[in-house]
Amino acid sequence: MAQLFPPSSNSIVKAAFAAGALVLCLAVWVAYRVERTTYFTKAGVACEQPVPFSHKHHVSGLGIDCRYCHVSAEDSSFAGLPPTRTCMTCHSQVWTQAQMLAAVRRSAETGQAIAWTRVDRLPDYVYFDHSIHVRKGVACQTCHGRVQRMPLTWRGYPFPFHMKDCLACHRHPERFPREDAELARLSRGFPPGERGHAAALAEHVRLLTDCYTCHR
Amino acid sequence: MPCPREAASLVLALAAALCACDRQLGHQPKFHPLDPSPFFSDGRSSRPLVAGTIPLDGPDPALATGIKDGRYLAAFPYPVDRAMLLRGRQRFDIYCAVCHDRTGSGDGMVIRRGFRPRPPDFTDPRLMAAPPGLFVDVIANGFGRMYPYEDRVHVRDRWAIAAYIKVLQLAAASRFQDLPGQDRRALEALK
Repeated sequence: MAQLFPPSSNSIVKAAFAAGALVLCLAVWVAYRVERTTYFTKAGVACEQPVPFSHKHHVSGLGIDCRYCHVSAEDSSFAGLPPTRTCMTCHSQVWTQAQMLAAVRRSAETGQAIAWTRVDRLPDYVYFDHSIHVRKGVACQTCHGRVQRMPLTWRGYPFPFHMKDCLACHRHPERFPREDAELARLSRGFPPGERGHAAALAEHVRLLTDCYTCHR
Repeated sequence: MPCPREAASLVLALAAALCACDRQLGHQPKFHPLDPSPFFSDGRSSRPLVAGTIPLDGPDPALATGIKDGRYLAAFPYPVDRAMLLRGRQRFDIYCAVCHDRTGSGDGMVIRRGFRPRPPDFTDPRLMAAPPGLFVDVIANGFGRMYPYEDRVHVRDRWAIAAYIKVLQLAAASRFQDLPGQDRRALEALK
C-alpha cells in the first residue's frame, strides 16, 4: 500500500501548527486592543442622566469645589452623590423656573431620589477606598479625567480603570506628583544616595503592590 | 484512553469557570452605596433615617450647634492653632466661599449669578461682635435662605470655620500701619 502522506507533510503540519499559534496570538492581541477602545470602555461617552448636569458649569464656571457635593470622598470608601437638598441649596433661589431642573424640583417635593446613572464602576473583586487616595493627595482628575471640563459627564480619560493603570501608580508612586507630604519625603526629601531612602520607598511599593492591598 | 479526555474536560471546565468569573466575582450579590433595590417601594437600597434618629456616639449638641442653655457659646471648645485655622480656611473655601466669597464680603459667585438675598458682609458690626457659637449655629441649622450644612460640615470643622471667619474679620478690619514690620515689608515687596 502506497504511503498516504508524502514526506513534505511533516513540514506542512509544522507550518500549520506555527500558523495556528500565530493566528491565536494575533486574535488575543486584537481582542486586547479592541477591548481597550472607547467602544468597550465607554470612556468619553456621555451617560444619559435624568438631569443634564454640567460639571463644567459648576466647577469651572462657578468655582465650586468637588467636595461641596461629593462630601464623603475624604472620609469614606464612597465619594458620595449629593442628595437633592444639596442641589436645592442654590436652586431653591437660582433658576427656579428652569425646565432643565424640573426633575430636581419634583424630587425635592416628593422626597423621591433622582435616579442618576452610574458613570464609573469597578468590579466587585476590587477593594477600592476613595478616602485613602484623596488623603494621600491623589487628585480627583488623576482617575476621573478633567471632569471640570465636562458639559455632560463621561468616564474620564486618561484611563478607564484597568488594573495596569492602578499598578502604574502603585509600582512607581514617586512618578506621580501629589500633595502627600510623607510620599514627597520618601521620593524627594532624602538626599540622593542616603541610606534608608531606597529601602523606605521599596517597602512602600511592596505594601502598595501586595495583592491583598486591592483584592481582599 | 481516559487521559486526553480528562484533560479536555478540565480545559473546558476552566474556560467555563473563567467565563463566569467576571459575572460572579465582578458582580457580587451585594449592595454598594446608593445601589437600587427592587425590595423597597422607593427603589433605594440605602434606607433613609427614621425621623428622630439620634446617633449613639453623636456629638454633644452644644458643640454641634454652638448653643448651650439658649446662649451662643463664646469660647472655642477646641484649641485654636495654626492647623485649625488652615483647616478652617480650606473648609470655608469649599462650603462657604461659593456665596460668602473667599474674603467673607458676601459677594460670592452664586450671589453674582442671582441668589437673593445677599448674605451679610462679615465686617458687619453685629457679626464682628458675634460669638463663635453663632456661626456654628448658622452652619448647623441654616439661616434665612441659607440651608443647613450639618450634613456636609463635621462638628469640629464648624468650629474651625468659625475661627477662620474671625480671622477674616480681623484681616478686613486691620489697617496697613497696624501690621508687624515683617508683614508690611512683605506686602510692600509685592507692589
